[in-house]
Amino acid sequence: MWADAYDARDDGLFDPVTPSYVALDVEIPSDVKQIEPIVSLITEHCRNLRLTKRQCSLNIPVALSEALSNAIIRGNHEDPRKHVRLRATVSDRALVFDVVDEGRGFDMVSVSHDPTTSEYIEREDGRGVFLMHQLMDRVEQFRGPNHVVRLTLNR
Amino acid sequence: MSFTLKKHGDVVVVDVEGQLIVGNRQELKQKVLDELEKGERKFLIDFSQTGYIDSSGLGVLVSLSKKIREHGGELRLADLNDDLQTLFELTKLDTLFQISETRERALEGF
Repeated sequence: MWADAYDARDDGLFDPVTPSYVALDVEIPSDVKQIEPIVSLITEHCRNLRLTKRQCSLNIPVALSEALSNAIIRGNHEDPRKHVRLRATVSDRALVFDVVDEGRGFDMVSVSHDPTTSEYIEREDGRGVFLMHQLMDRVEQFRGPNHVVRLTLNR
Repeated sequence: MSFTLKKHGDVVVVDVEGQLIVGNRQELKQKVLDELEKGERKFLIDFSQTGYIDSSGLGVLVSLSKKIREHGGELRLADLNDDLQTLFELTKLDTLFQISETRERALEGF
């Protein structure tokens, strides 16, 4: 089901002399109720990684919730037969989350308007991609055999 | 995670325990809308026991505030921790809501 081409360590993000390891690699069903338990698991791990309190209690939980929510709702259309895979890779320099869904992906640029403007501020939707960019150092999207959103937080 | 609603004078005070996220935002929305339907007009959401809020949770707050205003009421927020305050500042939602440091202060003059 999953292509292995999205390992962050294969993309030059982690150079060969920088030790890195896959801290977590899990699959969850396409159900938004699954987001909170997996995010809790990650934030518990994160307290052991010399990250700041804010990174553990704000940046990671919120950005990761957005990526998982997009994967479940936009990527897999909440189809119970489909899954979302989350892989967390850690090095001395960064923490990288790959969120992989079984959909074709969506155009992140087209939903990347500024929700803080008077035109958008009273809208209920449209803050997810904005928050990922605000809370992570890098947000990338890959479309191949699977759709991947990669969140990078520098340490 | 749970939402507890209590009356304080003529204000409905909602405690958000845990996260306010895509998985539970509809529950909060429905509980507040039910009270609005019953005739309540003043609402205060207390975040002193809240962890984090995602974009869906923020969206529900925006939508509830709009709906309450349309019925001639008001939604106020209280007791945001530093992370939540940052979230509201990043999204500029701190300009849309009346946010008080404590529940008591929010209730004053409501």
